Amino acid sequence: MAVFTTRTLTLQRLSKLFEKRFISVSKTLSKDMTVRDAINGAIDEEIERDDRVFLIGEEVAQYDGAYKVSRGLWKKHGDRRVVDTPITEMGFAGLAIGAAMAGLRPICEFMTFNFSMQAIDQVINSAGKTLYMSAGMVNVPIVFRGPNGCSSGVAAQHSQCYGAWYSHCPGLKVVAPYSCEDCRGLLKSAIRDPDPVVCLENEIIYNSTFSVSDTALSKNFLIPFGKAKIEIPGKHCTLTSYGRAMEATLLGAHELKKQGIECEVINLRSLRPLDIETIHKSVSKTHHLVSVEQGWPQCGIGAEILACIMESEVFYQLDQPAQRLTGVDVPIPYAIELEKISIPQPKDVVEMVKKLLKK
Amino acid sequence: MALKNSARLLRNCNTKLNFQVKAALSSEPLFPGAKTTWTETLEFTQTSKPIPVYRVMDRRGNIIRESEDPNLPDGTILKMYKDMTLLSIMDKILYESQRQGRISFYMTNYGEEAAHIGSAAALTNDDVVYGQYREAGVLMWRGFTLECYGNNDDKGKGRQMPVHYGNKELNFVTISSPLTTQLPQAVGAAYALKGKNRIVICYFGDGAASEGDAHAAFNFAATLECPVILFCRNNGYAISTPVEEQYRGDGIAARGPAFGIHTLRVDGNDTFAVYNATKMAKELALKENKPVLIEAMTYRVGDHSTSDDSSAYRSPEEVQSWATNDYPTNKLRYYMEKKGLWDENKEKELLDQARKNVLKAFNAGEKKLKPQWTEMFEDVYKFMPKHIRSQMEEMKAHVEKYKEQYPTNKFTS
Repeated sequence: MAVFTTRTLTLQRLSKLFEKRFISVSKTLSKDMTVRDAINGAIDEEIERDDRVFLIGEEVAQYDGAYKVSRGLWKKHGDRRVVDTPITEMGFAGLAIGAAMAGLRPICEFMTFNFSMQAIDQVINSAGKTLYMSAGMVNVPIVFRGPNGCSSGVAAQHSQCYGAWYSHCPGLKVVAPYSCEDCRGLLKSAIRDPDPVVCLENEIIYNSTFSVSDTALSKNFLIPFGKAKIEIPGKHCTLTSYGRAMEATLLGAHELKKQGIECEVINLRSLRPLDIETIHKSVSKTHHLVSVEQGWPQCGIGAEILACIMESEVFYQLDQPAQRLTGVDVPIPYAIELEKISIPQPKDVVEMVKKLLKK
Repeated sequence: MALKNSARLLRNCNTKLNFQVKAALSSEPLFPGAKTTWTETLEFTQTSKPIPVYRVMDRRGNIIRESEDPNLPDGTILKMYKDMTLLSIMDKILYESQRQGRISFYMTNYGEEAAHIGSAAALTNDDVVYGQYREAGVLMWRGFTLECYGNNDDKGKGRQMPVHYGNKELNFVTISSPLTTQLPQAVGAAYALKGKNRIVICYFGDGAASEGDAHAAFNFAATLECPVILFCRNNGYAISTPVEEQYRGDGIAARGPAFGIHTLRVDGNDTFAVYNATKMAKELALKENKPVLIEAMTYRVGDHSTSDDSSAYRSPEEVQSWATNDYPTNKLRYYMEKKGLWDENKEKELLDQARKNVLKAFNAGEKKLKPQWTEMFEDVYKFMPKHIRSQMEEMKAHVEKYKEQYPTNKFTS
């Protein structure tokens, strides 16, 4: 708990920094909110907007969701729009896919994405391939969402990142929001999208507070897929990251800035389609690249980004070999100290960048 | 909606109060969800009475109990018989064409014609069908034209292997190869169609019923109260696995009551019994907004698919016995002959005509051009994203440059 509080405070300080920057640029009103409330609000508004939208999953209704993301939604919208189900991921994922085929727009919550493996055949073989295999006759407008990757002290079977798994598959779209703005914009786009979208959230980030601009509070605030966001511009090294690994990346970048190294931090937002153009542009400017993620190295998101650079002319822009900073190649340990050092920390980002720049 | 919700909250409150009163007064078990009594006899439950098989006709096509005769118009009976016959002729020709290497794969429907046609006839084309793969008769009943080629006329754009049919206008959802994924999806579609005066029928086999998805689907259909007919074609074999190895209970039907589902076991070789069962199931599903389970007992007379040789695991005598003694199409023919609807001449004429039609469609299908090759990039997403478009453009440029190396004349341009 102590670790938890310290981390939250750090994040709040961090978001204050952004707030200052944001206000100086846009001069609009803004509001602080937690990521949990941002997701809740987005779902609430979309349920209200479109009669076909409903939330389905374990504990989402009467219990307000295992992580309270759906707090108050069942009371407000009732049994028809917020549906509790018996336990079996393949069962309710399959049911939601069937409902989508029949014209509804389900938001299917996995209590965590770790449990989605029980339903992975439904997600990939049915949701992801039906439009293609039905020759465009049947589309599956569905959102699979829930917390992804490491939480805190819940051991290997609850701590895995599915970014690489799902983004491997054509037919699916995969987004990984970090901030409140990401969550609102990406989730709303996902719910309105005609294709199946996997939305990878993070349990720890649910508690984080971010400042949300007036624009992002709009009911029609949509973030397009396949478009990354430059969180901090910089000229010395490009850092790409997504989801909760953005924390370590941003904190690392701030530490580096104090030491005179300006990193350009790219929040990928969308893993499929991946915005390789933004990365290309950035690398052409900084000539250095480090990708940061909590998932494993082999066939990971970093592996994909580095391969894309290797295959393009941008490769010649690199002054040093591009690097991956990933989770350690073991199942995530249970012991909290070991868990922490198994995933990239701010100091790892600092060390990696300094090593790369020979500073 | 808000009202319904308040009612649920109020009911919960009442339940809390009632529970205390009940706990003080009742002598029945009060465990959550319990609907039972106490006993002081130490005894494990092993079997319950087997669920009987509902039938209308005997083997020779005689109606056993007059009241069960659905008294269908002659035209309907004739269509049933003609479709069943056409189905087996199509099977024969397509099976052989696979053996000749003209198509890659096929699955015959021999022996299960009554289960297809009887159930399809009891529904309307508005009702949504989720099939497993051996339900070509259902499509035929709905008016699907004969096809097994992924040519330019194929609405499936040649994306599927043979037998994996699908047709949106006929409300037949495209077949999905991974077994039993169709069951939870059918329940979901039924959930979406609640209150719209339509139902969903989902076909699955005795083997599929062992998949986890089947149990999940049964439970979801019951708890979420979905108007779906769960139609099991119990044909005795899951590829090579006989039902004796597939389950130890009283078949698939016995599972229905355990999930709280209306259940009926029916003679799947009796077209009228299947028709009556499906008709009543639809009425029940609509009236009560609840699922119904039908277990149609039948026999897979053909091999599982062209990748299978069933002589390795069952005797030719066993197969021959089902092909002659209790063949569904024969049973219906006996009935029709007694009614004066059918005779040897009509049979000969139908067979000739059907064979001609299938061969004509087959030969024409073979000659047609394949769909445009660029179709392979379509429908990955509803709108083609940039990275797929650039793949396509790259391929186009390549094919254009080396066009003499590619059989472009076989594809629609």
